[in-house]
Amino acid sequence: MKTSAGSLESSDCLITISDSNKLEITIESVVFDQFGDQIQAVIEETLKEHNITKLFVQCFDKGALDYTIKSRLETAIKRRGENLE
Amino acid sequence: MKQHSRQNIKVINSIDELFTMIDISENRNISFHHHLRNGDYVLNYVLDKYKRENINNINLFPSAIFPSYTSILDLIKNNQINNITTNYINGPVAEYITMNGLLGKLIMQTHGGRARSIIEGRNIIDIAFIAAPYVNTFGDAVGYLGKSKCGSLGYCIPDSIHAKIKVLVTDNLVDEKIINPEIIGKNIDYILLVDKIGDTKGIVSGTTEITKNPIGVKIAKNTSVLLNELGLIKNGFSFQSGAGSVSLRVTKDVKDIMIKENIKASFFSGGITKYHVEMLEEGLVERLYDVQCFDLEAIESLNRNANHIAISSSRYANPNNVNQIIKDLDIVILGATEIDYNFNVNVTTDSHQMLIGGSGGHSDTASESKICVIVSPLIKGRIPVIKEVVTTKTTLGKNIDCLVTERGIAINPLRVDLIEKLKDTKLKIYPIKELAQIAYNFTNIPKDTIKRDIIIGEVEDLTYEIIDHIYKK
Repeated sequence: MKTSAGSLESSDCLITISDSNKLEITIESVVFDQFGDQIQAVIEETLKEHNITKLFVQCFDKGALDYTIKSRLETAIKRRGENLE
Repeated sequence: MKQHSRQNIKVINSIDELFTMIDISENRNISFHHHLRNGDYVLNYVLDKYKRENINNINLFPSAIFPSYTSILDLIKNNQINNITTNYINGPVAEYITMNGLLGKLIMQTHGGRARSIIEGRNIIDIAFIAAPYVNTFGDAVGYLGKSKCGSLGYCIPDSIHAKIKVLVTDNLVDEKIINPEIIGKNIDYILLVDKIGDTKGIVSGTTEITKNPIGVKIAKNTSVLLNELGLIKNGFSFQSGAGSVSLRVTKDVKDIMIKENIKASFFSGGITKYHVEMLEEGLVERLYDVQCFDLEAIESLNRNANHIAISSSRYANPNNVNQIIKDLDIVILGATEIDYNFNVNVTTDSHQMLIGGSGGHSDTASESKICVIVSPLIKGRIPVIKEVVTTKTTLGKNIDCLVTERGIAINPLRVDLIEKLKDTKLKIYPIKELAQIAYNFTNIPKDTIKRDIIIGEVEDLTYEIIDHIYKK
């Protein structure tokens, strides 16, 4: 199952999540050099808060702030409905 | 008055024909102007000849480089180009130079600095290839008529006088007399007649719109209130805004204040848009001094309005021109990719170190005007506009007076007079480091990724001072 949230507008990000048997995060960002680690940390932390340990997360970032990344990820998770890991 | 008999200029029909009369290998320092912007055919047409003839050691002096100027890329890759001296560079050529450098170096001048260098013999140009939309047989020319019209030809006027050989390239040769030509035929050596000098769609940029973005609207509002509180919007004031969407919104807000308070401006200068023309025709400003038209309405106004005056880049911004327009400029509104704690501004490279622009008239107008205001969102795609040190200095901080963002304003501490005038204001004024901290609270501090190992070019101010180096990414 694959769900997503967000957009590719400037200062937003598009997050797509799908099934996986491990935790896998890929990040493409216009500010990867400056904020790649920070984006990775926000995603990991948010997954932890939701007790998710197995998921494939793709983040296409156009310079979103942390709370945008977090809310896009949480929305994508909610869109999976009950079908949680 | 009896007119002196005038000579017809020799008309040739191809670039190949030109180089049967002059030796291409002795003419390696060549200049172009960018008034046809991304629609220009002339630069690629001429440089393809240099490519075919395998001419090496070329020094290029284009007033700007746009994305469509791809023949430059071919010549660089063939190692045929030595130095490039320009005012603005954007697109594939900029990206290639950022990553690879040149055999020689990239010299980023200002519009005023370029004019001055050509007139004072520092930039020695063998041939100026001048795209000219409307030319008569005497070699007089203007830019605001013809099928490929572009408006003012300001940036190429020094070339048309001081290059060793001057070639007008046109698709519109007429017999009629031209009243007040921008280019004077007695300076011209050849007229090269071609089918088309440019693509109309690319000539007019079509990007001159007033922002509706709420952040842009807020920045503009803060700016017009600031200018008003400083008492700068008063009868006879002069103003330059360029064509950025936020700057144009400032122009609109200033206009509203002028109408409300019955104020008339003396002149607007620089790049001219339909919004400036509107204000001329509504009697809100006496004169437009136009070095570059940004849209069709500006081009047509140049033909229609006697007080809309095309000026050369030297008259516009050369500090050694006694009639320099911008020394009388009260207010200039400019943009920034980055600004630092010392108010140095970068519009040459982005925060990833890629070449994306250049001074144009940024440093010229900031240096000469009474007050220079930088308008910018505080954060652009997670990158705070304020940095500890800019990636590249385009304009020195001593010439920058105010930074206006949507969340607050910073005043250069050197301008104690402005700070004093604003001591009772309700505007949010912060030291620039505090304003930076507001941004960092949203974004965190970006990792510094700038490499400063290999120099590929330099930024030369209108004073000729080298104010920064440009490094390979």
